[in-house]
Amino acid sequence: MSILIKKMTQAASILTLFAVLGAGLVAYSFQITQEQIKANQRAALLRNLNAVIPTNLYDNQLFNDSRQMQNEAFLGTPEPVMIYRARKGKQPVACVILPIAPNGYNGRIQLLVGINYDGKLLGVRVLSHQETPGLGDNIELRRSNWILKFNGLSLTNPKESGWAVKRDGGIFDQFTGATITPRAVVKAVHNTLIFYQHYRDEIFK
Amino acid sequence: MPTNVNANAYDEFIKGIWRENPVFVQVLAMCPMLAVTNSAVNALAMGLATFFVLLGSSTLVSLFKSLIPKQVRISCYVIIIATFVTVADYILQALIPEVHKELGAFVPLIVVNCMILGRQEAFASKHPVGLAIADAMGMGFGFTLALFILGSVREILGNGSLFGILLFGQHFEPWIVMLLPPGGFLMLGMILLFFNWLKEKKDKVRAATELATMEIS
Repeated sequence: MSILIKKMTQAASILTLFAVLGAGLVAYSFQITQEQIKANQRAALLRNLNAVIPTNLYDNQLFNDSRQMQNEAFLGTPEPVMIYRARKGKQPVACVILPIAPNGYNGRIQLLVGINYDGKLLGVRVLSHQETPGLGDNIELRRSNWILKFNGLSLTNPKESGWAVKRDGGIFDQFTGATITPRAVVKAVHNTLIFYQHYRDEIFK
Repeated sequence: MPTNVNANAYDEFIKGIWRENPVFVQVLAMCPMLAVTNSAVNALAMGLATFFVLLGSSTLVSLFKSLIPKQVRISCYVIIIATFVTVADYILQALIPEVHKELGAFVPLIVVNCMILGRQEAFASKHPVGLAIADAMGMGFGFTLALFILGSVREILGNGSLFGILLFGQHFEPWIVMLLPPGGFLMLGMILLFFNWLKEKKDKVRAATELATMEIS
């Protein structure tokens, strides 16, 4: 019996030793990489934000001036959505909302929508998606210019009926073999504009 | 005898690349093999991350093999492997964030790569450190090579590019299916076919020579 207990203690202590060693190694590598990882994430975020808001429009730190808002009906997700606010001389000039198009062909499409203060679209980009390569991924800027069609549009330009793909009577091209993807993106951008119109004061508060 | 050990180490290294290639011969680690080989860069990054984890784990396991009790050896291996996977994950995140994002969950999933655990159980825990390192390097290199071959072929056919550089100009119509899972299976099947054909040919030649020598004697 005592031999068994001795063996068990031995095994447990060696396992613990490895766990402690492993945790130490992980902690050490975390220590030396975390600065770089944070810098990378910030650079990637800023690159995305600046793709839709030109740097000369604002003078505040975009990633420090953010808030989260939750609205499943218009932003496509029950989780809070990040909103970055651009100001010049304390005056709000634009914001970037990160809504979700929930009904893509293959799940959620993460969008980045830049809207200037009076409700005109500065630009839209796709952050991540799992749409079909070669068909649905034309929503990406590196695949086609389709996403640039949104630039300068607003809730009044085009009118409500125009906010759809051409097959549904709207102004946006669909892709050959992939209508669901652009339809989802158009709908999500339109919803985001409606959300902005309703909650503009709250967004910049 | 140092020369003998060197020859052994060389043999253990070469075996992982060719004779016992983990992908083409042992048909292990199919999950990362099919999931992240849609471009040459992704495949290479995944291969090198796995190489790093395998090398680190094999070295440690071989160093501590006399210390690890038989009953909890698998748990020990998993702790060691998981440590190196987390380190690899941080390094990828710090050095190549875009590729890390594309690899997604498949970096943490290296923990359950059966090839790595298999090498600990079958080799590193039974051999001296030098041989364990040679074996890990061979297997890791063989795995990376296999991923890279599949990744390059799929990217060239499916996207008309290699490492993101367009190869064929505007008129090439990419075979989209090659970037999708079916294309991965199809291409892997063809490569396996090619490898087996090579192996069979070699075996036949060897059998023929053996027969010939037997008849002569």
